[in-house]
Parts: sequence; structure tokens; C-alpha cells
Amino acid sequence: MGAQIYKNKKLIWVFLLPAFLFMVIYLYYPFIQNILNSFMHIKYMGTAGGEWNTPWYKNYLALMSDPKMKIALKNTVITIIATIVGQVGIALVLALLVSNIKKGSGFFRTVFFFPIVVSATALGLLFNLVFLYDKGMINQFLQFVGYLNRESNQLIDWKSKHAMFTMLTPVIWQYVGFYFVILLTGLASIPADLYEAATIDGASRWQCVRYISIPLLRNSIGTCVILAVTGALKVFDLPWTMFVNGMSNTWLTGTYMYSKVYSDVDYASAIAVVIVIIGVILSAAVNRIFRQNVDYQA
Amino acid sequence: MKNNKGRAISPGYAAVYLILILWSLTTIFPLAWSVMNSFKDKKMIYSNSFALPLGEAFSLENYRNIFAGYDILRAYRNSFIISGSVAAAVILLSGMAAYILCRYRFRGWTLLNLLLYAGMMFPIYSTIIPVMRMQAKWGIVNSPSVGANLLSVILPQIAGNMSFAIIVLIGQIRALPVELEEAAYMEGCNMFQTYFRVVFPLCKPSMVTVGIFSFLWSYNDLFTQMFFLRTRENWAITILLNNIASKEGVNYGALFSSVTLIVIPVLVVYLFLNKYIIEGMTVGAVKG
Repeated sequence: MGAQIYKNKKLIWVFLLPAFLFMVIYLYYPFIQNILNSFMHIKYMGTAGGEWNTPWYKNYLALMSDPKMKIALKNTVITIIATIVGQVGIALVLALLVSNIKKGSGFFRTVFFFPIVVSATALGLLFNLVFLYDKGMINQFLQFVGYLNRESNQLIDWKSKHAMFTMLTPVIWQYVGFYFVILLTGLASIPADLYEAATIDGASRWQCVRYISIPLLRNSIGTCVILAVTGALKVFDLPWTMFVNGMSNTWLTGTYMYSKVYSDVDYASAIAVVIVIIGVILSAAVNRIFRQNVDYQA
Repeated sequence: MKNNKGRAISPGYAAVYLILILWSLTTIFPLAWSVMNSFKDKKMIYSNSFALPLGEAFSLENYRNIFAGYDILRAYRNSFIISGSVAAAVILLSGMAAYILCRYRFRGWTLLNLLLYAGMMFPIYSTIIPVMRMQAKWGIVNSPSVGANLLSVILPQIAGNMSFAIIVLIGQIRALPVELEEAAYMEGCNMFQTYFRVVFPLCKPSMVTVGIFSFLWSYNDLFTQMFFLRTRENWAITILLNNIASKEGVNYGALFSSVTLIVIPVLVVYLFLNKYIIEGMTVGAVKG
């Protein structure tokens, strides 16, 4: 009888319709509407676009000469690079270390992953306190170890002097555990006999890592880099909580878009379109780089 | 401790553990520091934020103030209504769609799969403005009814989790033996009975994963809440925290205690269900 039971398709739409209706109404339709909006004039948030802009690409023209957009794009590029190097880099090191130990890997997995489930809003607040000028955790610690002079109450103004560093540290830190788990899963799928053979041939631990683990992780690393890039473009809550309204020139494309959403609706739509375009181009580029010569298939 | 070759533990091994423990401290300590300081009054936080809140130093002042100044319980209630509904709706609707997409082949199947994967690509920025307009037209935004306002957060969040959930559940259903469904068919079950009596119960682990993931995502999502929950009585916990932050700027005690209050429920859930959470978040992301 085989697939006989799946021949009667009369009622399948009952199962498909609700899910896809949600996606059509809340994702595809608004997505297209948003592209159209970016070419229109919209007076208030929540109202329909009236007429087309003249010229219709007016918003995009304005974006090109908008100094804040320039800052936002620059910072977004910095964020993307920092997340690739920082998140995926640290995660790779941690995953390689954990894959080489016998005891406690479950514990480290649970602990490293934990920050991801905490709301970025709470973490933003928390890191505001960590980097606080007067008596924040870092400054207190630096005074404690003697790096800053305690007597004269010497302090570092992290949020205005080192704004990007202060913002990116928690952003990177939060998601390291995420890439760590993906890479650890990738490492677990490498057959153990490869290592055994190499060890018999006299390879050291480090050589096993360098010539077996890392090359065979290529696909997992590629996945991580794509996720890091798209993740960097989506980051909002944490920067917004720590640096409201782009304080100290910390605009990112996402926070800048939100800041415009009530004052200039169609302009904000155009920024959103730019975010999507950057995301698509970068993911395609990363995909090409990492998927070209697949030297190992799990 | 000895490793498998029988040698005593090497310095290299110790260094590995040292690095791993140091990174664990970075994830544990900030939170512990926050909990610790939430039980100290302002003066104590100021004089030494690393001291434990013991004896004299212990104070519940911050919590008293925060509960007096803000309706924390209402915010929790709103959050649980929103995130609970999102999780329940996502589980129900995504499972049904996943079953059909996995087991049936029909005209438009390729198109639906394409739409499914595309659904993971849209950043919230690119849909929020039209969604706002649409929901304003329906009258569920800035409505006098709290229920309507909560609904205006629930609906877009359901849609936002749908693709991810369907993709995870297709993977799960594909792994189930078809024979069970065939047996149900022989017994005279129709599509609905086969799904709800046979397939759904067998998918429970993945359903739990999908549910927790949707719940947490919704609980933590500040962006959507900023658009649709604009007045006090509608605040969910994340937007409440954001508002406390902007009002209590230098009242560090209040900030520490509110961070603690928002994180504790998540921490408890995480301690019990971390296996599902970690699996759900990484599997979903990798497949997308």
C-alpha cells in the first residue's frame, strides 16, 4: 500500500493554511509593503503611504549623504568584523579545548550557553553597571588591582571614551556560547579513527587540531560566520539599552532605523531595506568563501 | 585524575581547564554580582560592590522600592500571557504544517518550502512599520483594552517563530517511522486523527524545544514590545525593565534588583531545561 495514505489531499489545506496565513500577513506582505513604502511619502507612523516621492528614490539619495547613516554603516561593519573574529574565534578556541577534555564538558556547555537565554535588555543594564564611570565593576576592579590610582579616585570613562569597545564587549560575550555549541557539535561528528590513525603516525595533540579538526570544521565555521554576520545586523536591544539614541556616536543600522521610525517613517523604511540588502549580499559572499571546496562531507 | 593513557595530569591539561574556568567566570560572575548587589543599599554598593551582602549589609530596601514603584507582578502576568500564547500557537500551527510538508507531495509544495526558508530571512526592521499600520487599522494598537494590546504583540511574534518551528519539526517528523501512521490509516484514522493521536504525541521532545525557544524569544524581545506596549498597564517585563532603566538612571540598587527580577525566572527554566533550549536554538539556526 506504500504511500497510499498520503494520496487523499483534499483536506491538507486545513493544516497548512493557519501557519502560512500568519507568515503571509505578518512577513511577506509587510516585507513587500516596506519596500514600496521606502519610495513613498508617509506622514505619520501607522498611516498609509500617500504619493510617490519625487524623485522616487529620494530616500536612498538622502541616505547616501546622511552623516549618521555613515556612522551607523561604519559601526555595523566594525560590529560584523568584531563578531566574526571575537565570537567565532573565541568559540572555536573554547570548543577545541572542551573537545580535548574528559570531564566537565556538559558543565561548560551549560554555563557558556547561559547568557544567550538572558534578555539583552537585562544584559545591557547589567553592563551599564559593569562599565559605570563611578564605581562600576571594571573601574573598581582596576582600582583594586592598582591599575588606576585609588587615592585620587582615578577612573576611566568607558562609555564616552571607549564607546564601541564598551558596546561590543557584551554583544560579543553574549553569543560566544552559541557558536561554541555549534562548533562542538561539528567536532563531535568528526570520526574518532581519524585522530587514532594520526596519533599512531606520531601526530601531536596540536597537529591533530591543526590538520584534522580545523580543516574538517570548515562547514561548521562557515555556518557560524553566516550566523554571526546576520546576527550582527540584527543586534538592537543591547546597544539600545546601553547607548540610547546613538549616544557617543554608537549608531548601528538597526538603532538608527528605530530612532527615525516615528519622525520620518518612509526614511526608516529605506534604512530597513538597506539592512536587508547588506544581509543578503554578505551571506551570499560568506557562503561562497566557505562552501567552495568542500573537502570533507560528514 | 589520570587521562586515558594512564599518565598523571599534565600542565597542558591544567592550562586547558584554567582557560575554560576563566570563561565560565565571565558568564557567571556578572549575574552573581548583580544578585549580590541587589540586596545591598546604595551606600554599600558604592563603598564596595564586591562585598557579600551579609549581616549589616543585607537589605531588602531595593526590592521594596521597586515593588512599590512599579507593578512588577502585572508585568510578569502580561509577559506570561504573551509568551505563553505565542509558544502554544507556534506549537499547534507549526506542527500541523510541518506534518503536511513532510509527508505529502502536492502542487505548490516547492513554493511553500521556498516561502518557508525565506521566512527566516526577514529582519524585524523590514516588516515592523507595515505591521504597525495594519494592526492600527484593525484597532488593536493603542487600544483601551489590555487584551487587544497584548494581542498586537502576540500575533507578529507567532509569525516570527513560525518558519523556524516548522523547519525543526519537519526534521523530527521525517525521523518517525511511517509504519505507525500506516497502521493508524488501516484502523480507519483520518488525517486529523493520525496527526493528533499518533504523530503529535511522538514529536513531544521537539515540541518542547520549539515551545521553549518561542517562549524565551518572545519574553526577551524588546523591539516588538517597544512598538506595541506603550502604556503602563500594558507593559511586559522586558519593556518595564527598559523603562525602569531610563527613569532610575543613578539608582543602582533599583537597577540591580530589577535585573535580578527579570533574569531569575529565565535562570530557573534554564537550569531545568537547558538540554532542550541549547538543542532548539542551535538546531533551528543551523538548518535555517
